Amino acid sequence: MSAVFEQIFQVGFLAAIIRIATPLAFATLGEMFSERAGVLNLGIEGIMLLCAMAGFTAASLSGSLWLGVLVAMLVGALMGALHALFTVALGLSQHVCGIGVTLFSSGLAYFLYRLIFGQQSVPPSIDGFKPVPIPLLSDIPVFGPAVFNQFTLVYLAIVAVPLAAFVLYRTPWGLSVRMVGENPRAADSAGVSVMATRFQAVILGGALMGLAGAFLTMAQFNAFTFGVVSGRGWVAIALVVFGRWDPWRSAGAALLFAFVDALQLRMQASGLGHIPYEAFLMLPFIFTIVAMAFMSRNAVAPSALLKPFRREER
Amino acid sequence: MSAPLIEMRGITKSFGAVKANEAVDLSVAPGEILGLLGENGAGKTTLMNVLFGAYAPDAGDILVEGKPVAIHNSADALAAGIGMVHQHFHLAPRLTVLENLLIGIPGKSGRIDRAGGLSRLKEIGRQYGLSLDPNLPVSALSVGEQQRLEIIKALFRGARLLILDEPTAVLAPSEVDGLFAALRSMAAQGLGIIFISHKLNEVRALTHRCVVLRHGKVAGRVDDPANTTSAAMAELMCGHEIVPPVKEASTPGASVLTLDGISTAGHAGTPLRDVSLFVRAGEILGIAGVSGNGQRALADVISGMLPPKTGAMTIAGKTVAQFSPRELQALGLGRIPEDRMTTGLVTNLPLADSMVLPRIGTEAFSRKGLLNPAAIRAFAEAQIKAYDIRCPGPMVRAGALSGGNLQKALLARELAFDPKVLIVSQPTRGLDIGAARFIHEKFLAMRARGCGIIVIGEDLEELLMLSDRIAVMYEGRLAGTLSGAEATVARLGLMMTGAEGHA
Amino acid sequence: MFRLEARASTPAWFNLALPLIAIAATLILCSGLIAIAGAGVVDAYGVMLSASLGDSYAITETLVRAAPMIFTGLAVAIAFRAKFWNIGAEGQLLAGAVASCFVGAIPMPGTLAMLLMAIAGAAAGAVVALVPATLRIKFKVDDVVSSLLLNSVIYYALMALIEGPWKDTFSGYPISPPIEDSANFPVLIEGTRLHLGVVVALIAAPLVWFLIARTTLGFRIRVTGENPEAARYGGINVQRVLTSTALLSGALAGLAGVGEVGGVHFQVMSDISPGYGYSGIVVAMLARLNPLGVVPAAIFLAAVMTGAEAMSRATGVPAFLSDVIQGTALLAMLVALLFTAYRIRRVGAQT
Repeated sequence: MSAVFEQIFQVGFLAAIIRIATPLAFATLGEMFSERAGVLNLGIEGIMLLCAMAGFTAASLSGSLWLGVLVAMLVGALMGALHALFTVALGLSQHVCGIGVTLFSSGLAYFLYRLIFGQQSVPPSIDGFKPVPIPLLSDIPVFGPAVFNQFTLVYLAIVAVPLAAFVLYRTPWGLSVRMVGENPRAADSAGVSVMATRFQAVILGGALMGLAGAFLTMAQFNAFTFGVVSGRGWVAIALVVFGRWDPWRSAGAALLFAFVDALQLRMQASGLGHIPYEAFLMLPFIFTIVAMAFMSRNAVAPSALLKPFRREER
Repeated sequence: MSAPLIEMRGITKSFGAVKANEAVDLSVAPGEILGLLGENGAGKTTLMNVLFGAYAPDAGDILVEGKPVAIHNSADALAAGIGMVHQHFHLAPRLTVLENLLIGIPGKSGRIDRAGGLSRLKEIGRQYGLSLDPNLPVSALSVGEQQRLEIIKALFRGARLLILDEPTAVLAPSEVDGLFAALRSMAAQGLGIIFISHKLNEVRALTHRCVVLRHGKVAGRVDDPANTTSAAMAELMCGHEIVPPVKEASTPGASVLTLDGISTAGHAGTPLRDVSLFVRAGEILGIAGVSGNGQRALADVISGMLPPKTGAMTIAGKTVAQFSPRELQALGLGRIPEDRMTTGLVTNLPLADSMVLPRIGTEAFSRKGLLNPAAIRAFAEAQIKAYDIRCPGPMVRAGALSGGNLQKALLARELAFDPKVLIVSQPTRGLDIGAARFIHEKFLAMRARGCGIIVIGEDLEELLMLSDRIAVMYEGRLAGTLSGAEATVARLGLMMTGAEGHA
Repeated sequence: MFRLEARASTPAWFNLALPLIAIAATLILCSGLIAIAGAGVVDAYGVMLSASLGDSYAITETLVRAAPMIFTGLAVAIAFRAKFWNIGAEGQLLAGAVASCFVGAIPMPGTLAMLLMAIAGAAAGAVVALVPATLRIKFKVDDVVSSLLLNSVIYYALMALIEGPWKDTFSGYPISPPIEDSANFPVLIEGTRLHLGVVVALIAAPLVWFLIARTTLGFRIRVTGENPEAARYGGINVQRVLTSTALLSGALAGLAGVGEVGGVHFQVMSDISPGYGYSGIVVAMLARLNPLGVVPAAIFLAAVMTGAEAMSRATGVPAFLSDVIQGTALLAMLVALLFTAYRIRRVGAQT
């Protein structure tokens, strides 16, 4: 066990945690904004996959990584708008619509990818983002190279957390988001458009999920595979609960999950003898389920989560 | 008199086949308190929701200071200087007082304008004598304080006309005096106020003028409410003189339900603290109290939804062991919940399903786990006929029925099995006068047949009319019990504030 | 301006018309993708139709593929009726497959083997479904998330088995040893793959319908799903109903896995289910959670899947079109369902 302990404080291990946490942080923040406004977005898994594909394709065809990121975010926003159309404008079941959006987006991602790239024995790859060391900060021992010698998207995630907290807690729009998620009737009677606010929050959430997807195919793996998301979206939904719908806590939850994931990767690599590697792959999912069991009893979801708002309903 | 602040002309609004408002005219001048009077379901709330932009009227115009305005939503209403305090508060309990005030207010350089909000709050405090701690979460406020926050919220947005929908329903009599004082001071400073109520004494005490609605239409206008008799106004409201149902004298029999030292915990509302009471066969016991003083916990304990922490309960001499709905039903308890739509019925399923729900496992409706659809249908059809429930048939979606018919259906499902004890909460809330009358008569008939009935209610007049004895709840305890002869509105009101105890 | 207005009742013909409208809308929407892929829309759909339902062999292939989706569709339908959000039919199917494969590999008389395979598979699925139900009842864990996450756990467990103890030592492929020949489900029509499990699936649908519509448990499931508070007030033990629902739902999903092992693959491999568990959600929604409707809905999706493969070979349009069609059909059906509860009314612009 002490060997494992030593590894935790290695630069590589810390850097791996940060890298694994980045897409989860984007996705979790995205889901959090949506849920704070009262809309559960189970489309997250499919949206991340479609955006991973779209970003990868745009980058690969244009040669511009940042264009890829932009396309991924736009596609994410568009899918967010689609989910909002069904759940906010039409007031349909958020559970089932989310599953529908996931099925639709994943199907579309597979379909378009196969259409554009054909069937190849080795999946095409791109020259992805490179780590950009931040002068001075990256010279801090251990911590510096782990945190400040990373992809630009990682820095963006680090900035996104306080920014999300600022938007949610300090701006009028953030107050509106919280209000429509707690008591839409109160927001409505104060002249705030529940529909517009929810749409905006779900669209912003979708764009963040798009960023998460873009990170996977353009920084982490530099290629698109059908299993590139492999449950990260579902995990993000659990992390929102774990993070109690708060940006800081959600980011913390993402880091904790990333720690467990990085640990299991290390344990796989260190070849802990006879244990099949799948047992380690399971670990983060089991960890999440167990963590939810501990957290859910006291977690207080936004009061209006899952509840559509129709003004004239009597 | 100066030009009216607000004028509504020919407002008509229908919900499906129901005309909630028909050609209603109404106006309020600055400094005037207008009473809007009417029975439940007369269309008062709908009319005000039209004025506040929540509902779009089918026809009619709204004029602000003589100029026609289009009010499509609450933002338009607020811009026109109209503020509304709804019956159910529009507040987010987990946000603070200040956050609830600042919702929808543009920020300063992209941020929430806390400083501006605080100074505006202080100003309102000075001007109208209304103040609250801005940093408390709303969940920490009492009901009266939440109402004050709603009024402040309207003033905060520059309302010149304030609409209050049944504001006294949630207040203790002493709090009502405070509210009236604040409203008078606001009117004195030039605000217009529309006060919605069905309580005649309040309207007479507070308003300068009043409009009476009946079946969605203006039934009459009263220019001098203070000097008009309650009887005259009541007749306008109901269209005929109100004759209370005849309550025959009866001698109560043995106790059919007793609670002995019941206390509860872990309940969303006020918990019960050492409550002991009994009701005898052929007797109606009224439970009065300002809402939120433990009535809900009491109803939940008696109906088996909330097992008590300590204490014992017996029904017809048998001690209740498990406090499950099923056990209590088997012991002969009938129950009508406070919220018929969420607790009583399954709105998306056929009416028949809701009517047999509590007894679906009994021989009457199933055998060995298999349903008997014919019996279920026959039962529902028989009850529909017996209780004159207006609906297309037993297979119609329960949610499609009107409140009065739903209440009849619930009553039918409980009374069909001849309960020894009946517990009902707010039995006629939201019902029109005909349906309420029907329900009252059924209660009295059950009483005559020897059923013990507990009626939990907020409407003191209803309790006084029905009850043989009235117990008052205050902060989860019984503040005292009065016999029907001793009980008066004034006395009960005093007990409801904890001022007077009585064994 | 248009506005939604609540309906008092739903015309009966809606039950049939809505899924058909949803399917038509789906096919029209997805024709855009076929056009983008450079194929003729009519040709492509023509190939899909003839390859899936064009001759008797094609029909049997479609039915074979429909069978697991009938089971998962029923599993989802019964769960969603109780508002137990079981998105875990995929994992329950895999668990059922593994359990039945384990039993089927033990030498014993064929009939007994098949029976025990079914029991073991159903039990395994039920146990898996019990996890999210228990977590929800005891710990208030959202059943959607836990059942989804559990799918990954079960999948990795299956992989660990077939790459570990079950691995084919001879070929080195990650596949389980085959079940005994005697345990293979009998083929009903010579020269096809139409096996006994398909008939069982077709019988299961009316049985589940009977359970929901005609038994007290079904009544309690319906009431609990629509309004748990009224159910509790009415004396129903809501937690027990949820547990029963989970067990039934998981057992049905497990049977889907049993059919695949006993009737189609005779062993377990990593891609034994191409997402039949998730397709079950689409099937159940298209069927409006009516068990009888699950059969045609599953056959439709099966036809899309078999058809899409043939269409891909014939026209080069990626077979993943069937995944897009599934997702679109689910969303289209949801929109169509809106019209059972509401009607659209035109309201004047000047109000």
